[in-house]
Amino acid sequence: MSSHYEAPIREPLVTGEKTYHDISVEVGAPVLGRANKSWYIVFTIALIAFLWGLGCIIYTVSTGIGVWGLNKTIGWAWDITNFVWWVGIGHAGTLISAVLLLFRQKWRMAVNRSAEAMTIFAVVQAGLFPIIHMGRPWLAYWVLPIPNQFGSLWVNFNSPLLWDVFAISTYLSVSLVFWWTGLLPDFAMLRDRTTNEFQKKIYGILSFGWSGRVKDWQRFEEVSLVLAGLATPLVLSVHTIVSFDFATSVVPGWHSTIFPPYFVAGAIFSGFAMVQTLLIIMRKVVNLQDYITLLHIEYMNKVILLTGGIVSVAYITEFFIGWYSGTSYENYTYLSFGAATGPYAWAFWALIVCNFVVPLTLWVKKLRRNILWTFIVALVINIGMWFERFDIIVIDLSKGRTPSSWAMFSPTFVDIGVFIGTIGFFFVLFLLYARTFPVIAQAEVKTILKSSGEYYKNLRAKHGDDVAHHVDNDP
Amino acid sequence: MYTLSSKLKLTAIILVIVGAIGLVYGFISTPSNEEELKELLAADAHGEHGAEHDEASVTTEEHGMAIDEGHAKASEGHGESAHAEGEHGDSHMEHLLHQFQTKPWSAMFVSAFFFFMIALGALVFYAIQYVAQAGWSPVLFRVIEGVTNYLLPGSIIVVLIVIFAGTHFYPWQNHELVEEDVILQGKSGYLNFPFFVIRAIIYLIGWNLYRFVARRNSLAQATATTLTPYKKNFKASVFFLLFFVITETTMAWDWFMSMTPHWYSTLFAWYVFASMFVSAITVIALVTMFLKKIGHLKFVNDSHLHDLAKFMFAFSVFWTYLWFGQFLLIWYANIPEEVTYFIIRIEEYNLLFFGMLVLNFIFPILMLINSDYKRIPWFVIMAGVVILVGHYIDIFLLIMPSTVGPHWSFGITEIAGILFFLGLFIFCVGTGLAKESLYPKGNPFLKESENYHY
Repeated sequence: MSSHYEAPIREPLVTGEKTYHDISVEVGAPVLGRANKSWYIVFTIALIAFLWGLGCIIYTVSTGIGVWGLNKTIGWAWDITNFVWWVGIGHAGTLISAVLLLFRQKWRMAVNRSAEAMTIFAVVQAGLFPIIHMGRPWLAYWVLPIPNQFGSLWVNFNSPLLWDVFAISTYLSVSLVFWWTGLLPDFAMLRDRTTNEFQKKIYGILSFGWSGRVKDWQRFEEVSLVLAGLATPLVLSVHTIVSFDFATSVVPGWHSTIFPPYFVAGAIFSGFAMVQTLLIIMRKVVNLQDYITLLHIEYMNKVILLTGGIVSVAYITEFFIGWYSGTSYENYTYLSFGAATGPYAWAFWALIVCNFVVPLTLWVKKLRRNILWTFIVALVINIGMWFERFDIIVIDLSKGRTPSSWAMFSPTFVDIGVFIGTIGFFFVLFLLYARTFPVIAQAEVKTILKSSGEYYKNLRAKHGDDVAHHVDNDP
Repeated sequence: MYTLSSKLKLTAIILVIVGAIGLVYGFISTPSNEEELKELLAADAHGEHGAEHDEASVTTEEHGMAIDEGHAKASEGHGESAHAEGEHGDSHMEHLLHQFQTKPWSAMFVSAFFFFMIALGALVFYAIQYVAQAGWSPVLFRVIEGVTNYLLPGSIIVVLIVIFAGTHFYPWQNHELVEEDVILQGKSGYLNFPFFVIRAIIYLIGWNLYRFVARRNSLAQATATTLTPYKKNFKASVFFLLFFVITETTMAWDWFMSMTPHWYSTLFAWYVFASMFVSAITVIALVTMFLKKIGHLKFVNDSHLHDLAKFMFAFSVFWTYLWFGQFLLIWYANIPEEVTYFIIRIEEYNLLFFGMLVLNFIFPILMLINSDYKRIPWFVIMAGVVILVGHYIDIFLLIMPSTVGPHWSFGITEIAGILFFLGLFIFCVGTGLAKESLYPKGNPFLKESENYHY
């Protein structure tokens, strides 16, 4: 697509003296090798958490929503908080795979596969909540506009909760297709490299008979670009629609026009934090430090800084307009003086500290390139963004227009159990993925090796930009 | 080296002069007292709408005022119905007179801001290209710098207008009104004249300072042996973007949202930004094509044009996203204090309001989706002109309904405003481009940019 020349000022994206072969071997290693003990330990923990959460879900559905800590004032709390949190996390994957593709960011190639996997697994978790938070989840299929025996009783298309159904299901399906098309050449690589007959069979099926002909690659690129072009508005609209759940209402604090772009920025913010959390561990465990380099981590930190900055401007805007509106009700919203001093002050300050203060440290280059610190900041942001959603939902609901219905919320063990269960489920899926899928899009990394690999950049520095003399001699 | 042709220079000067005359005429021909206004209205009634007009105009008027938050005094009067019939008539005429006197101010401001925001938006685009270390765009840097040459005169004029417009634009500057209005008193901590002026001056200095520093470093890089000027620019751009996102937000509140000081919307500032950004990119593309056509940008190829057109396309969609986000949420919740903003725009500006959507969204999305078309200059020019007209209307709709209410017109004064600022814009951008070589020598990404093919 773009030319092969790259400015020498750019840092390499693949370190070490890598050949195409090295990439195949190193990306294939975790899949073709065996899991070690620590994988089994972590997997068991995740599985237990998942099963515990499953138990909580079954208990909720069979006993009733009353086992949660909800009350008549606060009808949404952990359920929708977790829903928005998980959907938000999912957005980074699409941002990396789609938006960064449109912006031709070569560094995305090392991280997109895992980010997309994270998207899909996060959206699966998110998708649980709209169903299990229903009073009668067995009637959930009524949200679909299907012809029926009730005189064709239809859904009302005016509700953002219905838009959510369409948004989330479209998002999941498009992300899945986008992810899978990208996987075809990589599955084919595994199919061709494995010596195990069973594995060969499986990857043969998964790779849909990919043979890597010129025409296939050409169409592959076109499909990727079209899907990226479609996924970008999709990712914006999905979280926009999630934000509409709140913003279309007349609840003080919820009714705010900035919610659509602000939620999207927050989603990318939290999503990138989750990508950092996962990749910092993964690059170490599966020995991919040469592909997911410090530079990648720094770039992601910069995206975190940018989106965190946008979110901060939105906080300031919310706070300011709350005051500017002159409405007394606005003083109890999640970003107001009332919230900072009221019964949920701890949640308010948790949000400010985690999402505003701590990420500011990333402005310092040393800290931005410090892996341990990045990991800590990423965790803090994950917590902070959970609090953001919690604050928006619970603080705004807790003190509505009528003081006689003011209430507080405290979760029960079932609320917490379900959330822990989704975290467990997420890691179950992600750990299985890391053992069976090529975690780096090796086919894509191979396309940037010669323009952005350290070895080739050094060659150019030594022999000049004329690429002719080293195009075909791998180190 | 590009030189501004004498033909173009003459055209620009003629535009400025004709525009200035038209603007002066606009100011002179406003009714200075109620007698003149009555005559004007009577002439209007006979000329255009016939006899029924008087009655119709009264009903629209009442309606207009009830929804016209900006001139809260009149609307308060209606709401509380505390005034006697005669008194009501007087305040009605007074209000009408005020709106008519505001017309030339508004006409001037629409054009002044429209061209100013192009320069500012181009500066933001420039800063983003630096910060993102874009590899495709450095060949366009001198062009963008040329467009931002309008920033200094443009921003000074805009700031002068907002400072001297007084109650023509900003009802909260009317002390009598504030005394009666509890809501406005509550806001006076922010909406007070000295603080308003200080903020405007801070924006003015900050934006122009970055323009100055960036241009100086960019030129210094052409002769430098190290990358120091480039690195300085990188840093300056980061801090400018930080400064900009905050000042743009407050600028939108100050200059536009406070025209209707009872109304508020959290998204508003970002919406103004989207309009600014897409117009600026469009103008960059148009200027690039012009210079390429006359043979001054040999190092720019159609891939660069393709990328600019993609940005035009993408940010047209982004603008629509924000427009729709704001509209849908206010329409859906239908809270009385918020819907006023859209009611007046839909009832009194119907065609413009929805026509703008066609121009700003439907046209660009249909014209620029094909990747081959994005490489054809005349096609991009066509789309660009549509986008610019659409965003002029957008700014028109930002200002007019809030200041002159239902009494808008598009006549000599409005056209004169466009001509004046267009002439000034062409002159400033042309002389800016003519100052230095258009080849941004020394930029570390220049070779990458020159070899860029998509």
